[in-house]
Amino acid sequence: MLCNVSSFQRSGVSPLKTSLMQHGKRRRMRKLESKSAARNRLRQPLKTKKMVKRVDSVLGPGKTAPNFSLNSTPDQKVSLNDFRGQPVILAFYPADWSPVCTDQLSLYAMVMPEFKKFNAELLAISVDNIWSHLAFVKDRKLNFPVLADFEPKGVVSRKYGAYKEKIGESARALFVIDDKGIIRWSHLSPDGINPGADGILSALENLNKTQVTGKS
Amino acid sequence: MSGTTTVARKKGTGKTLLEPTAKEPARTYQAPRLELPVNPEHDHIEGPVNASLTLVEYGDYQCPYCGAAYPEVKKVQKELGSELRFVFRNFPLTNIHEHAMNAAETAEAAASQGKFWSMHDFLYEHQGTLGDPTIALGFAKKMGLDTQRFEREIAQHTYQKRIKDDFMGGVRSGVNGTPTFYVNGIRHDGDAIAKALVEALGHSK
Repeated sequence: MLCNVSSFQRSGVSPLKTSLMQHGKRRRMRKLESKSAARNRLRQPLKTKKMVKRVDSVLGPGKTAPNFSLNSTPDQKVSLNDFRGQPVILAFYPADWSPVCTDQLSLYAMVMPEFKKFNAELLAISVDNIWSHLAFVKDRKLNFPVLADFEPKGVVSRKYGAYKEKIGESARALFVIDDKGIIRWSHLSPDGINPGADGILSALENLNKTQVTGKS
Repeated sequence: MSGTTTVARKKGTGKTLLEPTAKEPARTYQAPRLELPVNPEHDHIEGPVNASLTLVEYGDYQCPYCGAAYPEVKKVQKELGSELRFVFRNFPLTNIHEHAMNAAETAEAAASQGKFWSMHDFLYEHQGTLGDPTIALGFAKKMGLDTQRFEREIAQHTYQKRIKDDFMGGVRSGVNGTPTFYVNGIRHDGDAIAKALVEALGHSK
């Protein structure tokens, strides 16, 4: 929580201003002196609007799953497209180290053999940085990649409509994506409710059923 | 802190620009249901088998939250008396609790000699000593169990399949951590305290 907020307040030059200067938009800086202008400009024109297409709600069945490439370790990236040809489960979650005994991901680590029966790969995603993830994976003995949607923060979560802007965390959203990269099931959990694994297992079962009858 | 909460807002609406507006899941939310109905031949049941109210717990003997919920369940049982049957099913989170499977096997081994609930209570009352199997063994001896059989069944993992079946049944019913309670067949998403459980049991009657 201490972060560097106080230190850059003291120095008087925020990273925001620096970046504006780099863009040669000095005139706008004067406006930034007023707090309200700063509030309106903070994110909209600089970063987010360029990179993020607005998504109104979690992406639903039938939509093509947006591809992404995120770090799972400091020098290793994982892309969704790497897994074309097998089902993929995406589990967006708010934060590493949530103060509960048995979080969602520990449960998934235990249910992993069941997911593997469907040849499914599980990818967990949050906005925590990679070092936090590494320690978390080790501590909870997680047996699947945990990806850092860290920089630019939350962009992948936003693409899936699974980002909570006010809190700055991913929402607890689940997606089951088929072997062709199409979302076949999605679920957004109400606040504070850990969704468990039953929905994923049913979705994986349905995936197989519809594939057999050719209704994809 | 104030510097971190600034968010672009749409004029007039008060809504944040990029916030997902999915409200449907919350409105239509239905708590998962117990997939495996209570089976008196298989389940450990405390209270009258045909009681009108049913509380099912999926629990892990090493989980501190289950330890905290244990006296709460006792309070619920005391308050509702013969109206309630309480069912305990195994949900050992073996990847984070190294003694959980052994403790579950201990309780099942006691169950095979008719002492499930005594051992269940003992384990929760002595959570700190789960790493030392001689303590549960001492208790088994004190209760007059056949300790040779008791030890052999634990060593041979006789009840591991049953425990794993409990676990998978729980997963299919939407168990999302321990303890998870089902109140008359519907997952209890509220607090694991006596007041909330009694209230939920009363409401769903």
